[in-house]
Amino acid sequence: MRYLLSGHSLALDPDLCNGCGRCEEVCPHGVFSVTDRKAAIVDREACMECGACRMNCALNAIAVSSGVGCAAAVIGVLRRGDGGAEACSCG
Amino acid sequence: MGPGSCGCGHAGPPQTLGAKIGWRDVLGGWKVRWGFGRAQYTVAPGLYRVGAPDCGSPVLVTANYKLTVDSVRRSLVGLSVWLLVMDTKGVNVWCAAGKGTFGTEELVRRIQAVNLREVVKHRELVVPQLGATGVAAHDVKRATGFSVHYGPVRACDLSAYLAAGMKATSAMRRVTFGWKERLAVAPVELVAAVGPLLAIATFVAALDVFRHHRLTADALTGMVPFLAAVLTGGLVVPWLLPWLPFRAFALKGAVAGALVAAAMLWWLPVGAVEGTGAALLVMAITSYMAMTFTGSTTFTTLAGVRAEVRWGLPPILIAAGAGVILRVAGAL
Repeated sequence: MRYLLSGHSLALDPDLCNGCGRCEEVCPHGVFSVTDRKAAIVDREACMECGACRMNCALNAIAVSSGVGCAAAVIGVLRRGDGGAEACSCG
Repeated sequence: MGPGSCGCGHAGPPQTLGAKIGWRDVLGGWKVRWGFGRAQYTVAPGLYRVGAPDCGSPVLVTANYKLTVDSVRRSLVGLSVWLLVMDTKGVNVWCAAGKGTFGTEELVRRIQAVNLREVVKHRELVVPQLGATGVAAHDVKRATGFSVHYGPVRACDLSAYLAAGMKATSAMRRVTFGWKERLAVAPVELVAAVGPLLAIATFVAALDVFRHHRLTADALTGMVPFLAAVLTGGLVVPWLLPWLPFRAFALKGAVAGALVAAAMLWWLPVGAVEGTGAALLVMAITSYMAMTFTGSTTFTTLAGVRAEVRWGLPPILIAAGAGVILRVAGAL
């Protein structure tokens, strides 16, 4: 299944990448593939922007604006009207 | 072989977790799936033995939500491992990692608190892959000397992963969202709908009394569309999710709601005004419930959900408002 705006904010700087393969290891949707010691984004549309790749990139070669895609949390922010961050309340 | 027998000089922590799941665990699992006592369904954080681990046995890391610990130990029948349970406030790995409670800081603290360096000789940890949004493997290594291996997404693949020498197949690395998984997360939304449904029932009954000066069977008939809407939004939409058209969940829900509304207008003896009102309300309910299901899925993005709420919520509220007015006007 594919969603809206998937992977729009995901960016990879190949110059910083040393091909360690962590991004490929942690991604639950197979967005990355490492060949010849360089990672590449091979399926951007599958990205749910969870941020696991960025978190585990020791060389900061990955940027992504991450968050949880939960309407209840987004509506919660609207109702509070404080423009704060979406907080996941479900657990 | 006991933990002391290989010369690590540490008696190990006292607690042993059986791999066997009893009826109490099964019952407890059902209870929390329906949303009862979910916040208190926890296991005390710390290091646990599963089987008879020694200083060479693998260390698996998990969250302290009891449903999570249960699915991990169920998958470890016949194995001897250490289970390092982190304090995630009773929240599962994925959600806790998103909040940061299943995170680098807590992992480092827990490794030190249980004195893991003295318990095992190796310097390796198996952290669930879905914990990677909260854990930076390189920072854990720097702070504790332990190398993080990301284990499979699903606990049921743990023994195969360990047997393969901590190697996950690409299937073990992928998050799936099949119909069983979709329906397993659906009950919580249904329970949340009980309150609003009771409010609607009161309202429908009041309208009926106002019109007939007593409660008639019309009140029951009047509730059918709303019951159908809640069951559609809470169960049918999750079940048929991949086959409903459009990517936005609000639109998927609206399509399902339109089908329910059409069936209602076809079968139920309702007037045009009242029927249109009920149809709008049905679509607003299914669309809203479908939209909130985004939070239960494994592939939605925050940016997408923000867009969906921005464009989807106003029409839902307008449909609901117009629906109430028409439903009342038609009934009077």
